Amino acid sequence: MTTLSRSLRYAESEVIAYRRTWRGTVITSFVNPVFFLAAMGAGLGTMVDGGTGWNFSVPFITFVASGLIAANGMQNGAGDGSFPVMAGVIWRKNFFGTITTPLGPTDIIWGRLIWGIGRLFFTLLVFAVISYFFGALELGPATLAVFPGVLTGVAFTAVITAWTLTQTDGRSLSTLFRFAIVPLFLFSGTFFPISGLPDWLQPVAYVTPLFHGVELTRKVALPGATDVVTSIPVWIHIVYLGAMTAIGIYLSIRLLDKRIRP
Amino acid sequence: MTESLVTARGLTKRFGDFTAVDAIDFDIPKGKAFGFLGPNGAGKTSTMKMITTVSPITEGKMTVFGIDPMVDGRSIRKRLGVVPQEDNLDLELTVAENLYIYGRYHDMKKSEINPRIDDLLEFAQLSDRRNSQVEPLSGGMKRRLTIARALINDPDLIILDEPTTGLDPQARHLLWDRLYRLKQGGATLIITTHYMDEAEQLCDRLVVMDQGKIVAEGSPRDLIQQYAPREVVELRFHDGQKDDAVLKLDGLSHRSEILADRVLLYTDDADATQDGLHQRGINPEQVLVRRSTLEDVFLRLTGRGLVD
Repeated sequence: MTTLSRSLRYAESEVIAYRRTWRGTVITSFVNPVFFLAAMGAGLGTMVDGGTGWNFSVPFITFVASGLIAANGMQNGAGDGSFPVMAGVIWRKNFFGTITTPLGPTDIIWGRLIWGIGRLFFTLLVFAVISYFFGALELGPATLAVFPGVLTGVAFTAVITAWTLTQTDGRSLSTLFRFAIVPLFLFSGTFFPISGLPDWLQPVAYVTPLFHGVELTRKVALPGATDVVTSIPVWIHIVYLGAMTAIGIYLSIRLLDKRIRP
Repeated sequence: MTESLVTARGLTKRFGDFTAVDAIDFDIPKGKAFGFLGPNGAGKTSTMKMITTVSPITEGKMTVFGIDPMVDGRSIRKRLGVVPQEDNLDLELTVAENLYIYGRYHDMKKSEINPRIDDLLEFAQLSDRRNSQVEPLSGGMKRRLTIARALINDPDLIILDEPTTGLDPQARHLLWDRLYRLKQGGATLIITTHYMDEAEQLCDRLVVMDQGKIVAEGSPRDLIQQYAPREVVELRFHDGQKDDAVLKLDGLSHRSEILADRVLLYTDDADATQDGLHQRGINPEQVLVRRSTLEDVFLRLTGRGLVD
């Protein structure tokens, strides 16, 4: 067996598990993003669009929906890199069993990513289609924007998997979500342009990963709406997220090996 | 001479300054049940982890099926069945799915796995639980499922780390019965345990480990013969009478062990020893005569009991 076929075997076990656990993911993966779209995009949007502050070429709900594809990717990707990994090494220890078969730590990391990519595609595609029915996005570009959304999610899965493997206590995961994921979600350009942040805070936003995910996704989802995005070239976003993914995978494999093959 | 499936020379495992396994030698013959007996922390699990290739060897040489685990662990793991000390079943999956995914990890086809699952569930007496969730199963059932999972690839060598720790006596006996069947079917088993009775029941040959070293090796019978006379007279005394009695025991037995709660006299003739007690006016609260066990061997070898 090659690394790929072994990783696919691992991903297959995740699919089988998901058939039993998907109900628990419906709220965070599918319902919450739609609530955000409804409340912020449609609800708040009627006031924003009617006011004088929103002088852009697209309606507020369109702006929010395009950003939410990436933000939703981050939320799901971060979730995938944290709780199941903690379960594998501490709560349920199933990774320790897996490595007594021909599979090794490398196969577990790649298998989890392959599975994560598949799930992200499905989750974000559903969101893109819902956004279309909300009248927020056009179907074609929204579908294409799923790809950068998935890249954003995978970058987070990779890095957060590595981080989780340095932790020994499950409680640190809620700290991660409270102090990293939620602030990123709110301040990386999903709900308002970075130009709305105080001047001194803008450079901080530019280096955060979700900003690059949101920008890239929006550039794909809203072709021609150059006034709601920065002029940063697309390749910079791709390299940023790609590097984050690569470094995350490299560290995850090393850390998992150290952790479960002492 | 029988073929050895595992050969170790000077096998050593260190974690920083701590030496968990200290230059041990052993050969595990094909078709036998081989035991590693010792208290918690003796280095048994570290040794198992090196055999199962999930922990790198610090020093020394080992081959499993003639393969160096540091070179090609995967080829070794293909032929192993591993039952870890802690159950690590996938609680989200059903009983059958737990077996199925391990079959897939072993690169088996669906058509191969399904009949195998039927056989293994029957073997583990879990056929009626096939589609149950794992979480509500009893400890004994989970353990049997973990063993069934380890057998999915029809392994040449089955490694069981503390297979019955934490189980009630009934569940233990059922598990012993299953392991005995495996043995009769010609499987090679490696069993670690800190239970003497388990080692006596299941192992053809065993090593006694203490503080990372092997302190004795042989069949359970050999070890008992070599390190513990045939019979043991166990004495319990009323409060405060033990110390006086101990002074009068000299010459009554080959050897004695003074424990906190009782005194053990090792002897070839328990009747003569008991007569001697009466003659010397020693009147314990309770006298129990029993055969020597591996527990006594361990006590002799290390000066400590097995389960602290």
